[in-house]
Amino acid sequence: MSKQTLFDKIWDAHVVSTIEGGPTQLYIDRHYCHEVTSPQAFNGLRERGLKVFRPERTTCSPDHNIPTLNQDKPISDPVSRNQVETLSKNAAEFGLTLYGLGHEKNGIIHVIGPENGLTQPGMTIVCGDSHTSTHGAFGAIAFGIGTSEVEMVLATQCILQPRPKRMRITINGKLGKGVTAKDIALYVISKMTTGGATGYFVEFAGEAIRALSMEGRMTVCNLSIEMGARGGMIAPDETTFAYVRGKEFAPKGEEWEKALKRWKELYSDEDAVFDKEVLFDASDIMPRITYGTNPGMGMGIHDAIPTLEQIDEAGKISFIKSLDYMGFKPGEKLEGKKIDYVFLGSCTNGRIEDFRAFANFVKGHKKAEDVVVWLVPGSRAVEKQIKEEGLDKILTEAGFELRQPGCSACLAMNEDKIPAGKYAVSTSNRNFEGRQGPGSRTILAGPLVAAAAAITGEITDPRNYLQ
Amino acid sequence: MTEKFETLTSTCVPLPMENIDTDQIIPARFLKATTREGFGDNLFRDWRYDKEGNPIPEFVLNNPTYKGTVLVAGKNFGSGSSREHAAWAIAGYGFKVIVSSFFADIFKNNALNNCVLPVVVSEQFLTDLFDAISCDPKTTVTVDLKNQTITNNSNGAQESFEINSYKKDCLLNGYDDIDYLLSRKDKIESWEKSQNK
Repeated sequence: MSKQTLFDKIWDAHVVSTIEGGPTQLYIDRHYCHEVTSPQAFNGLRERGLKVFRPERTTCSPDHNIPTLNQDKPISDPVSRNQVETLSKNAAEFGLTLYGLGHEKNGIIHVIGPENGLTQPGMTIVCGDSHTSTHGAFGAIAFGIGTSEVEMVLATQCILQPRPKRMRITINGKLGKGVTAKDIALYVISKMTTGGATGYFVEFAGEAIRALSMEGRMTVCNLSIEMGARGGMIAPDETTFAYVRGKEFAPKGEEWEKALKRWKELYSDEDAVFDKEVLFDASDIMPRITYGTNPGMGMGIHDAIPTLEQIDEAGKISFIKSLDYMGFKPGEKLEGKKIDYVFLGSCTNGRIEDFRAFANFVKGHKKAEDVVVWLVPGSRAVEKQIKEEGLDKILTEAGFELRQPGCSACLAMNEDKIPAGKYAVSTSNRNFEGRQGPGSRTILAGPLVAAAAAITGEITDPRNYLQ
Repeated sequence: MTEKFETLTSTCVPLPMENIDTDQIIPARFLKATTREGFGDNLFRDWRYDKEGNPIPEFVLNNPTYKGTVLVAGKNFGSGSSREHAAWAIAGYGFKVIVSSFFADIFKNNALNNCVLPVVVSEQFLTDLFDAISCDPKTTVTVDLKNQTITNNSNGAQESFEINSYKKDCLLNGYDDIDYLLSRKDKIESWEKSQNK
């Protein structure tokens, strides 16, 4: 068995059967479960009189709905409260591990999986959430599923999936100063377009990817869904092993050595053939922002929005609608544009490294007076580490406050909504119309662009402030 | 068991925008229910109603000229979130078929799991269909799953569309994936043993 891609190696090791002319029956090693996309799946189990087939393979944490203030008090929105309580009841009824609100391990499911060692190389991982692609950073096949599929996994630990095609995106070279993993992802998505990787599973490779920390790799894989990819993945290496080692649910002792031996085989063979190969150069990547209403509508921070002539005929209606929604004009530059909100957080950029980057940037500066800034750690563990490292003091001195963990303003299911017409520089993953609240206008960016906007109140190139 | 998909002929509801994402199909603030019912009322909520909840007359779902069980949408329909609520909203509203030149992967699976058939057509077929509907809102299409064809009845243009034979059988017979997987539990257990899972 030579000449296999990383994807093939993991996929083939999880095939229970293949239906002729149809999908593959794939075994799932790890299932993450949150409050929004699971209740109907548990109802389905009850209606069919079924138990959870392998309860030890599912971990639950409420994240989408939870408030980021006063988490010790009952959730004030009764509908949100009901959904969060329903997850607790379902976890108890079906015997599943729950890191509920207030639990020291609570947080965004895609943040807590890795930080507890539940996410490991070589696994198949699913969750009723498209950003499950995050876990591909460990050399896993991880992807988002719908609620019917959540029910399948709960009932049988398997799902039926068509085998995706394989793409490799290689980023050669080194990133410039002030350029982050988020900028890589936004650059790639804008080059590929929002549907350009649909039907593919993408392996990210190359010097610039290898140089990323696990947090950075998670950011890149997290956003692979934003170009339509089924998922993204990165072959595990010493950076991966060092991250996983010692985590609570990581293998220990002899088991660790055995696992490590297996994990070291997880790479694309030299002659492995991909259905598509794409190359980029890291030196072409600048700090980036989006200007439109999908993550593919992005540009370098100094660039201008495309003119109408640059848009193909079929895309014009959407392009005009999008800019109209954002209040921008074709051909306009956005650097120096006043903004109203900054959001640091989400499964894309809510990890410790993002808070370090933000805090170190704003150190010695003051928050711009007319900007509202929401700093939302991805998990309780991230929140704890922020305090242990003293980052909270730096943030307080610069005029910022930390909120409590959760998905928060990324999709505004809780109270953290950007008001209609206001501009938010957001480290989250989607700039869709109304994503951060009805009428909200999202400009996606990395943690450094967010930090620069937080102290200047404008869209600002963070490199202006770096030595 | 789910419902069975039958051959249908219907007028169309056109949405010529590209990249219609799941947040437009059903905004996140409407995802708080714990059952599958009622999502159709909020389908395309923020395009369909203003802040006060009044229908926006320009939006196609509020225009009585356009009716039918077939939604025709621009390229890359259903991008974004994995929320099956998007498929529930479309099914709940009464659509049986979505025609586009391109669908996002997760949405496509979710639609199929709810007996809504995503039909992928060529860019030309799609453009011609939008034009035909724009000239005559009574334009119909016929979708025949058994023969995997879609016909634009205004000009007789017909295309065949792809669907894997397993999923086709499921839709024609009203089977779902869970029935299938449950029938194979022994195989799953023996596979686990063989893998030391």
